[in-house]
Amino acid sequence: MLENIRLAFRGIASHKMRSFLTMLGIIIGIASIMSIVSTIKGTNDALRDKLVGSGNNTVKVSLSSGGQELSIYDASSVPQNVQPIADETRQKIADLKTVKQVTLYNKRFVTDSSVFYGDNSVSQFNMYGVDDVYFDTVGYRLKTGRAFLESDYTLFRKVMILDQVASQKLFPDTDPLGKTVEFMGQPFTVIGVMYEPDDYEPDIQTVEDYYNNQDNSNGLFFIPKADWPIVFNYDEPENVIVKATSTDDMTTAGGAAAKILNQTITSTSDDTPKYQAEDLLGIVKSQQKLTAAANMQLIWIAGISLLVGAIGVMNIMLVSVTERTAEIGLKKAIGARQSAILGQFLTEAAVLTTMGGLIGVGVGVLLSYLINRFSGIPVAISIPWSAGAVLISMLIGVISGLLPAQKAARMDPINALRRE
Amino acid sequence: MILKLEHINKAYHTGKLDVPVLHDVSLHVEKGEYVAIMGPSGSGKSTLMNIIGCLDRPDSGTYELNGEDVLGKDDNALAKIRLMNLGFVFQNFQLLARETALENVALPLVYAKVPKKERRERAREALEKVGLGDRVAFTPGQLSGGQKQRVAIARAMVNRPGILLADEPTGALDSHSSLQIMELFQQLNEEGVTVIMITHSPDIAAYARRVCDIFDGVISERNGQVNAAQQAERKAEAEAEEALARMRQRSAERLRHGSLTKEEPS
Ligand SMILES: Nc1ncnc2c1ncn2[C@@H]1O[C@H](COP(=O)(O)OP(=O)(O)O)[C@@H](O)[C@H]1O
Ligand SMILES: [Mg+2]
Repeated sequence: MLENIRLAFRGIASHKMRSFLTMLGIIIGIASIMSIVSTIKGTNDALRDKLVGSGNNTVKVSLSSGGQELSIYDASSVPQNVQPIADETRQKIADLKTVKQVTLYNKRFVTDSSVFYGDNSVSQFNMYGVDDVYFDTVGYRLKTGRAFLESDYTLFRKVMILDQVASQKLFPDTDPLGKTVEFMGQPFTVIGVMYEPDDYEPDIQTVEDYYNNQDNSNGLFFIPKADWPIVFNYDEPENVIVKATSTDDMTTAGGAAAKILNQTITSTSDDTPKYQAEDLLGIVKSQQKLTAAANMQLIWIAGISLLVGAIGVMNIMLVSVTERTAEIGLKKAIGARQSAILGQFLTEAAVLTTMGGLIGVGVGVLLSYLINRFSGIPVAISIPWSAGAVLISMLIGVISGLLPAQKAARMDPINALRRE
Repeated sequence: MILKLEHINKAYHTGKLDVPVLHDVSLHVEKGEYVAIMGPSGSGKSTLMNIIGCLDRPDSGTYELNGEDVLGKDDNALAKIRLMNLGFVFQNFQLLARETALENVALPLVYAKVPKKERRERAREALEKVGLGDRVAFTPGQLSGGQKQRVAIARAMVNRPGILLADEPTGALDSHSSLQIMELFQQLNEEGVTVIMITHSPDIAAYARRVCDIFDGVISERNGQVNAAQQAERKAEAEAEEALARMRQRSAERLRHGSLTKEEPS
């Protein structure tokens, strides 16, 4: 085998120009497939990162009715037939195999009240009542100050964390840490300012996203969930965010969590909201399918050039077998079995096309970067596709080399030697 | 007996035409013999050599090599016999132009599945033996005709076969190179290798201890020597003639006694 590979390289080296031209069909075919695939993958990866957020893998499971996330904005909009989530239910979700972390939170879009500090105030904003793993699960970071501690919950401390927008509005010139603001007639001490790392910035893909984002434009306010009943007088239904163990598990994790949560809702009346997991991955997949389908046709066209390349290889191998009649005859005369000759020529064809495949992948990668550089289309090199392309090239060599190799193997040594 | 060919017939079929080449050729060769086969061009020497070399099959006849029937074997079995028992030397050397002398000589060892390191060692030894130890890395293009033929001999002998088959080994060489090749053959024969050599030249044939002539596909022994096959055949012919003569005599006697029509049990 090794000897065959050595011979193949020697054969290719002794006909450099011819070998290169033979490989060209394979090179062009593989290179175009690789750049198409890179473009598909690049577009898909970009889509997925934008919608899903790379590496975060969190899924919102929120109360919804009629397919829309339920918005609580005042006392009258609080659904009466859904209870806060029991500890036991939370544990059930946390125990799911696809779930890494669970956080529970209350959320209200506050329309009938404001947060005050001195002369400054903010109204029309989202207030969150969160547990102590919320920031960690969602991926928020603290810019200054501290996070909520367990004692904040047990002692019902009135503490608050703001985002940078809210901080700017309430404390344009001063350090917010340690200051006391007023909300719903209660004093809250600001203990920290948070920010969202770039990865988690909201992406505006739909009208709904737009409104959600709009909602956040006046700033985000967080207080410990324990304070919620103090401020709003009632226990309110909670929402859930689960962090899936992997991006591919997001849909499953969200669905399973929603199912567990819905089992706790006993009311059967039509206006009872249900928990629904947002299916970002599903949206991404359907969009990815669209781009892939459009580009798949291009792959078929590139496949035709591979076929032409394969025929070229077969043709050259046939010529090569005829040219090397004497060599084949001699080898058979000195005792080479048919299988040895077959192996030699198959190896030669496979080495030729594998080299073509390798060069093709290289050219494809280069082409992908050029496409990205000049048209801005995102590209991503797929390692499995690259490996597959090389493997397929090898296979093409074996298949198109079969006929010529058989011709060589069956050659009559006498005629072969006599022809010299 | 290392080679035993009997009643070999061979014709080539080109289109509608049958070209008979070998007629009832019988040849017995003992181990360690040195046989030259001489004959004019087109007399069937190469055809016979191809049959001896298991490269071709006769139309009829029998062939035993080392006491084993050869003609019943399949192509792969014949390839193995060529690999292990036969060494070939051709008029036009038949070296691979792109390979070095060492690689050319090592080729049969590749097919014999000898490990690479041992291949190199044995090929080098074989080249040293033919006096080309300093030319291992040369390609055929860098060697003279005589040197090329010596590389070919090294290749033929590298698997240590018992029989060396040479089809006009000096046909393309000057007299000095031819002499060197003949010395090598002599040496190999003295080491016990059975040599069968085709040649045009009486000078070259003189190196062999036994010479067979082939003319229009009929083989005959030279120098009054009679080969075993012919001996057996002549004996059989003589016996047959004798038997015939006896029968004639008896018939004549019976005729005389008027008992030809009345068969009596004797
Ligand atoms: N493959 C073949 N097809 C047809 N005729 C052939 C073939 N090989 C040899 N011959 C004929 O057989 C005869 C003997 O050839 P060959 O054995 O090569 O003779 P030599 O080696 O004694 O010169 C010649 O007449 C030649 O033309
Ligand atoms: Mg001849």
